[in-house]
Amino acid sequence: MPQLPDSEARNLPNVTRRTLLKAGIVGGAVLVFAKWMVTSNSRRESPEGRGSALDPSAQAIVAAIVPVLLEGALPGTNGSVEARAEVVAGVDRAVTGLPPASRKELEQLFALLSFPPTRCLIAGVWSPWPSASRETVAAFLDSWRGSRFTLLRSGYGALHQLVLAAWYGNTRAWPAIGYAGPPSLEAG
Amino acid sequence: MATAAPRPAAFPDPFRLGLASGWKVIDASTLTQDLTLDADVAIVGTGAGGGTAAEILSDAGLSVVLVEEGPLATSSDFHMLEAEAYSQLYQESSARKSKDRSINILQGRCVGGGTTVNWTSSFRTPAPTLEHWAREFGLEGFGVADLAPWFARMEQRLGVAPWLVAPNENNSALRRGALALGISSGEIRRNVKGCWNLGYCGMGCPTNAKQSMLVTTIPAALSRGATLITRARASTVEHGAGRASALQCVGMDPGGTDPTTRKIVVRAPTFIVSAGAIGSPALLLRSEVPDPHGIVGKRTFLHPTVVSAALMPDRIDGFSGAPQSIYSDHFLDAPPTGRLGYKLEAPPLHPILVATTLPGHGIDHANWMNQLSHMHVLIALMRDGFAARSSGGSVGLNADGSPVLDYRLDEFFWDGARRALASMAEIQFAAGAKSVMPSHAPVASYSSWAAAKAGIAGLALEPLQTSVVSAHVMGGCPFGPDPKRAVTDPTGRHHHLENLYVLDGSLFPTSIGANPQLSIYGITAKLATGLAARLRPSRLG
Repeated sequence: MPQLPDSEARNLPNVTRRTLLKAGIVGGAVLVFAKWMVTSNSRRESPEGRGSALDPSAQAIVAAIVPVLLEGALPGTNGSVEARAEVVAGVDRAVTGLPPASRKELEQLFALLSFPPTRCLIAGVWSPWPSASRETVAAFLDSWRGSRFTLLRSGYGALHQLVLAAWYGNTRAWPAIGYAGPPSLEAG
Repeated sequence: MATAAPRPAAFPDPFRLGLASGWKVIDASTLTQDLTLDADVAIVGTGAGGGTAAEILSDAGLSVVLVEEGPLATSSDFHMLEAEAYSQLYQESSARKSKDRSINILQGRCVGGGTTVNWTSSFRTPAPTLEHWAREFGLEGFGVADLAPWFARMEQRLGVAPWLVAPNENNSALRRGALALGISSGEIRRNVKGCWNLGYCGMGCPTNAKQSMLVTTIPAALSRGATLITRARASTVEHGAGRASALQCVGMDPGGTDPTTRKIVVRAPTFIVSAGAIGSPALLLRSEVPDPHGIVGKRTFLHPTVVSAALMPDRIDGFSGAPQSIYSDHFLDAPPTGRLGYKLEAPPLHPILVATTLPGHGIDHANWMNQLSHMHVLIALMRDGFAARSSGGSVGLNADGSPVLDYRLDEFFWDGARRALASMAEIQFAAGAKSVMPSHAPVASYSSWAAAKAGIAGLALEPLQTSVVSAHVMGGCPFGPDPKRAVTDPTGRHHHLENLYVLDGSLFPTSIGANPQLSIYGITAKLATGLAARLRPSRLG
């Protein structure tokens, strides 16, 4: 895959690239660290606490990546804010429906992305997510998508699946793609 | 050419009628106290294996308890909505992944298991597969002629028949493209009765046309007094002195994701594990069932599948009409022990399924999605498990006891994937495609077969860059005479626990090389009938 190192070089500051290398070498350590962050934060795990699967920092990350992942898919101006909010809510619902092991992994992913030092070094996003520029977010997604490290590619894959499913499962998305929705079961 | 079945003004939900008539069905998420059940036979799982066994054993006069982790959802609950169906009817909200996340695995988790959500494709086990099993694994009594009456019996039971309605355009283009290239194709038989040709099989059949376990064998067993307990996860099989003694289960919460503190124990003289080819080995592993040769969960196969999307000049509307009606086995027409062969089919094209499978994001992705109605998609299912280099994956356990399948995609697989992507692109161009895009990142699309041929030859195929999916999990508890290589004997009985049987697709020593539902029906019907005869010899004759 010769083009990938180039694209990483294009998309990431050098320091991030070096850190990515390290992240790969010590990928396990990153995971251990993320696990430690999650457990030391001792987020509620009780079933009754599962009204919202994503904490505010995770929601901010999803809200930041939605416009980039769904560029060209979301409605232009009218309804755009609503649509984005619905996608974030849809991702939240989807995560709620996942088994505990998968929820925990996503929690670790979001912890890694929201904790400022790892957000900067592993994701290359130097400002808090709500103020991150579109270009920065796009560079983050491209770098993880094309990363030589399967750990980061799988992180991208999880975000990709959650966000695209949340949008294209929404009836609002269907007119633009020529899908009329399920047929009627009325006698015909 | 026939047309789809006429639509009645109203149609019944036979399962709900059955519930009203007093079928014994318990939703374990609603239990207010622990529960102990006794039966002649306890069956874990209600899919193709468990459902088939339940009917045959209850027909023999045996009392049966069926344990299902997923919910009971019936035709009235099937609204043809992906967002609803995938989260309710599938394992892990249809997002189950292999260990390194490189393969997305679609598996049913509901009453009826995979049969409730499959795409109805019905193939008898191919002869080369059965011949390989006899030769390599010493399986006797599973030749084409041995199994023919069992397939015939289940085909009749489940309405498996040629599909006489015109294929939808997504399938039609496969046939057209193959024909133009001199590649053989065939028509897929389907297990449907009075099908409306809607195309939503994967979200549960809203008209009960699909003859899944949900509308056939399970109602039959319940009518004879069987008990079905839903939202109950089988945790372990208790055993000692070479026998299983009890099945320990936990209730699931109403959302179906987390276990509750409610315990359910099923006591029975005979246990059947039919939890699917990830669930069955996982249950045996959690139970620490004797496994002296370390083979439980090994050699688990997926028919790992690669995907090719194309844009056609005319409307395809792949979200409408029977999802699978045409196939090609042209690329399986070689010794199965050689390089990987593959079966070509077409998938249903609903928005979530397509959007999450196509690579990339942003404008490029949206441009493809905006042409969904003109999109044509082919899939190539790899026949894994035959060559020495194709040893499948391995089921293990997470810290919380949940299963995880470690399946490495190696060079042997990528060689097959590359040939398959090229075959699909060539067929799509022959069928009139304007452009073809292998489902792979970085995204590359081609406007001619020549360009595609050159481009695909140079693609850097690798995990988590190339889309790989699976809807067919097989193996992990293989049957066979040799305890060093097989978990059960050829009757499905565990080699080390005399009253524990495995009856599902996990028995298969390799993948099938075709959609596996009919293989599971036929083989478990044969084994369950043998079991019934042993348990109730007086009923014979």
